[in-house]
Amino acid sequence: MSEALPIVEMRDISIEFPGVRALDGVDFRLFQGEVHALMGENGAGKSTLIKALTGVYKIDGGSIVVAGQERQLHGTRDAQSAGISTVYQEVNLVTNLTIGENVMLGHEVRGAFGVNWRATHEAATEALARLGLEHLDTHRPLSTLSIAMQQLVAISRAMAIKAKVLILDEPTSSLDAAEVEGLFRVMRTLRDQGVAILFVSHFLDQIYAISDRLTILRNGRYEGEYLTRDLDRHALISKMIGKDLNSLASLGGNRRVDARDYAAEAPLLSAKGLGRRGSIEPTDLDVHRGEVVGFAGLLGSGRTELARLLYGADRADDGEVTLHGKRVDLRAPADGLGKRIAFSTENRRDEGIIGDLTVRENMILAVQAERGWARPIPRKEQDELVDQYIEALNVRPPDPNRLIKNLSGGNQQKVLLGRWLATKPELLILDEPTRGIDVGAKAEIQEAVAQLAEDGVSVVYISSELEEVVRLSERIVVLKDHQKIGEIVNGADVTAQMVVDVIAAHGVEAAERDIIDAEAPHTNDASHPGDAQHTTVPATAATEEES
Amino acid sequence: MTAVQTPSVDAPVDGPGGSKLGSTIKRVIASNPSVLPTVAAIVIFIGMVIYGEVAYGRIVQYNTLSNLLINNAHLIILAAGMTFVILTGGIDLSVGSVIAFSSVAGVMLANAGWNPWVVIVLMILIGTVFGLASGILIQYFNVQPFIATLAMMFLGRGLASLLSTQPERLADDSQLLWLGEQFKLIDGEKVNDVVITPGVIIAFVVVLVAFFVLHRTRTGRTVYAIGGSESSSALMGLAVPRTKILVYVISGTLSGIAAVVYTSRLGIAQNITGIGWELDAIAATVIGGTLLTGGYGYVLGSVVGALVLGLMNVLITRDGGIPPEMTTIITGGILLVFVLLQRAVTSKRQT
Repeated sequence: MSEALPIVEMRDISIEFPGVRALDGVDFRLFQGEVHALMGENGAGKSTLIKALTGVYKIDGGSIVVAGQERQLHGTRDAQSAGISTVYQEVNLVTNLTIGENVMLGHEVRGAFGVNWRATHEAATEALARLGLEHLDTHRPLSTLSIAMQQLVAISRAMAIKAKVLILDEPTSSLDAAEVEGLFRVMRTLRDQGVAILFVSHFLDQIYAISDRLTILRNGRYEGEYLTRDLDRHALISKMIGKDLNSLASLGGNRRVDARDYAAEAPLLSAKGLGRRGSIEPTDLDVHRGEVVGFAGLLGSGRTELARLLYGADRADDGEVTLHGKRVDLRAPADGLGKRIAFSTENRRDEGIIGDLTVRENMILAVQAERGWARPIPRKEQDELVDQYIEALNVRPPDPNRLIKNLSGGNQQKVLLGRWLATKPELLILDEPTRGIDVGAKAEIQEAVAQLAEDGVSVVYISSELEEVVRLSERIVVLKDHQKIGEIVNGADVTAQMVVDVIAAHGVEAAERDIIDAEAPHTNDASHPGDAQHTTVPATAATEEES
Repeated sequence: MTAVQTPSVDAPVDGPGGSKLGSTIKRVIASNPSVLPTVAAIVIFIGMVIYGEVAYGRIVQYNTLSNLLINNAHLIILAAGMTFVILTGGIDLSVGSVIAFSSVAGVMLANAGWNPWVVIVLMILIGTVFGLASGILIQYFNVQPFIATLAMMFLGRGLASLLSTQPERLADDSQLLWLGEQFKLIDGEKVNDVVITPGVIIAFVVVLVAFFVLHRTRTGRTVYAIGGSESSSALMGLAVPRTKILVYVISGTLSGIAAVVYTSRLGIAQNITGIGWELDAIAATVIGGTLLTGGYGYVLGSVVGALVLGLMNVLITRDGGIPPEMTTIITGGILLVFVLLQRAVTSKRQT
């Protein structure tokens, strides 16, 4: 890495939103041929800074210099012509067109008779080849590719338009371990070709695996720029959250739960042979009062499907559920809600928040639905309820009248948690409540879950991060291939690796190999609290490939 | 995003297989399952022709097919414009009213002694202005396409009624009528001739240009991309605002052209002309395989769709036993079948 002129230099950048100073005098520089991680908690200003660099937000102060030239960036097109290209967490391609068309959209090769498709596809193949993807048939529809591959195609697109600066905004959050490795291979290749890469990820392992340098933001301010190798995890986390790491640990980040003995107690909820054709095989399950039951399994193993049956989001076509010893019929979410069961979806954006409503409106939704729409909750009661949960869950900014889409992911998740807690559930089902959110918010949510259990609320906790499940759950239900394959009673000797072994041992072949490959680098040091380590389960179960 | 999961990052891709032609066809269908509804429309059209020939006779002959084109030239032009709009996921309800206003205004101006070429240009420009207005409302004032074009629909109808509530007849010697004049290309026995009008030629040209724009220009690809995902298209740096306005301008302009073609054929214009034509155009587009949610479809499919509707009318007339009131029911039935077919295709893609 040369200390030559940076390709991007952002100086003293300030951006204000009504009532908030999102960025306050932030400096950022990016050199050619480096992977530069932008670090910070949710709401620290990472996205805002990226949006300033991609021309989505107008800067209120400071200057942006790209390749020695000061630039005013108004919109994606401006940024692209300055050589800056962005790949977002949600793949921003169009699935109705082919791979080649997506790579070349807006830059198709033109000849005498309009677009020359042959040359266009050749150019697309060339761009893909820079990433080692020349084997892809550019005539195939993009929708035939996995999300991970689509992400790589999006990067190829950036290369096809000769981007010198590539911004990767949380590209790994929906990828499994093997896919992340594939992405990193591509990133290294591009870095060696001189591309400057700005990388954002919540996974510290990934930051240390791929980045050369990092810039830390905190509360919209510049915290510092470091060489990654000079900064260990402790120091990094401390700088991100602005307090010593030990105080984070006390938030519950490394809490361990040992199973209590429920033998004498009748379960709160008991499912017998509960199943639904095509989504989950008949399953038995007990949940006791105040117990945290973790669901562990690959993506697509049936964990979400089972949770949806428990809530009534989907209708079971087999088996029965008893609650407090009485048989109940769960045909619709309203049934679950009426029986004091709450379900927080893994699909925060599409099934969780309603972006154009305020924090307050989002939070009271479930309570209001339960009361019936004919009896609106008085405003005063709403305010009390909302203030209570904003404070209890530390929602930032603590403004009930802000549109929820303007909150960071972690804070949106807290609002959703508040929504369900407001219904005073006896059973709370949380599907991936901590996906894509930062260390601090994650610890806070975990702490809230632990506290709930102590208060007697039963919790079903679903997460791809096995450490998290192991840390929080008293009992772990292991699922695979749409069926429950085992139950682990948590204890001092239970580790994430054990869960992986259970999954691997059941059935065999390819899945097993994948998991072991994927898990191997993650199984060391268990001493770091927070999300210092992750065991993300590969998404490529054999069953998923067929659909 | 509805992705089919592939095994891993390094997923192997199917090797080259079979004959070249076979693999090309397979690839086309695989790359875009939405050609299926369009293929189905063609099959149904051919089926209708065969059925008509067997049941009633005199379908597969020069004059019937010529008349089919002549009588539906305006609908083909409308459907081509509608295809652009629907491909972006929008809708244009104003086209029928635009035709009413444009043709009433055109006939009155022509009868007032204006130069016919100036009149034609004005008639087309009226459509352009309406389309531009819809486009600006939709893009910059964030009005739903349905509402914006509904407003334009009422406006156009109202303006046409302001001009005249009587049928306005073109003078018999008006040069405008030349566009509707029939030219005999092949002289068959008795009246069985291949005839063509300038209106049909205009429709042909419109379709060819539309095809070229959609498949051979960046603007056309942007139309498809917007239909796939507007926000993604914007983030890809495509000219989304400009293109969105453009599709309504295209639809409006083609309505103007359709007004010219229709008026020149009938020689008459009235404020109630074109009621429900926007729905015919939408039906033709949907039957032709264009997905109402945008992103998938072909302008050639819309042409077939328009011909299916036209042929259906011919068959109902020939049958004689079917009350004319049944026409709309049958149209509705065909439309329903196609929408269900599209559902089947899209749901297949999503599993």
